[in-house]
Amino acid sequence: MKEFSDEELERYSRHIILQDVGIEGQEKISNSKVLVIGAGGLGSPVALYLAAAGVGEIGIVDGDVVDLSNLQRQVIHATADIGVPKVLSAKAKMEAINPNTKVTVYQKFLDASNILEIVKGYDFVIDGTDNFSAKFLINDACILANVPYSHGGILRFGGQTMTIKPHESACYACVFDSPPPANAIPTCSSAGILGAVAGMLGTIQAAEALKYIVGMGEPLYNRLLTFDAKTMNFRNVNFKKNPKCRVCGGEGIKEIKDYEAVVCEAKL
Amino acid sequence: MKLTINGDSKEIKDGIVLSELLIIENVEMPEMVSVQLNDEFLTKEEHAVTVLKAGDEINFLYFMGGGA
Repeated sequence: MKEFSDEELERYSRHIILQDVGIEGQEKISNSKVLVIGAGGLGSPVALYLAAAGVGEIGIVDGDVVDLSNLQRQVIHATADIGVPKVLSAKAKMEAINPNTKVTVYQKFLDASNILEIVKGYDFVIDGTDNFSAKFLINDACILANVPYSHGGILRFGGQTMTIKPHESACYACVFDSPPPANAIPTCSSAGILGAVAGMLGTIQAAEALKYIVGMGEPLYNRLLTFDAKTMNFRNVNFKKNPKCRVCGGEGIKEIKDYEAVVCEAKL
Repeated sequence: MKLTINGDSKEIKDGIVLSELLIIENVEMPEMVSVQLNDEFLTKEEHAVTVLKAGDEINFLYFMGGGA
């Protein structure tokens, strides 16, 4: 049980005042460990909000450095950070917002050789990656390690997200099976993304993480939330866990393998 | 016949199979869309042989791979 200082009680007072959170909920948040994979368009708002919320430990993974073209949407990074490893830039902002949060950086990209060990140490994982091979790898690792996670995808004006509780709710592969063929598709950087859409989807993922940690509300299990910012239509598509799923159904997968590198896409 | 497609009710000619609907609805790259028919996902092989009937609910779910 954690004893909050006066500083923490005041810092988290707007959480604590929420009936669904309270002191107990804030304690759960402060004792939780969340891994944010990708410190980009989705990872930026997620990392900022989870640090502000007082998540006890946040791991952040990214092997890239900050580029000028990132700054239109990756709000955790500043102009002065250009050229700096994204995880270090992100850690500095998260610690500036909340020195109570411990930030662990992984300055690398995840692959089959390292993902399982890293994911195992966390209570919840955020997928903030920008390619299908990473998204399916994260799904496989979270199913194998039995760690719940939030899938997020954005493109142009649209976003989609679902929350996965391994072996209980439908997983990403239940819905999309396997990565699309590489040659069929334009890249993220050529298709474009409205910066604010990354913020919209990332804050939904942060809220899902907090809901899971506190045990409140109804996480996006067995449904895909999609939205189109051009019309501002939001829609939930409901489904069930697929008993024939390649990853979580029947025998399911037994080991982690890398997927062929495939970048972004499809049409909204 | 009336079908519900992505939440909207639409009048579509009788007796078509799912792969024809993908063309009628101008779905780009049909091999890349995940199709849900009345809560069940169809395999790609089922697209050409699944005959639609009045009242069917169909959802097209698109890959979105962005995030950075």
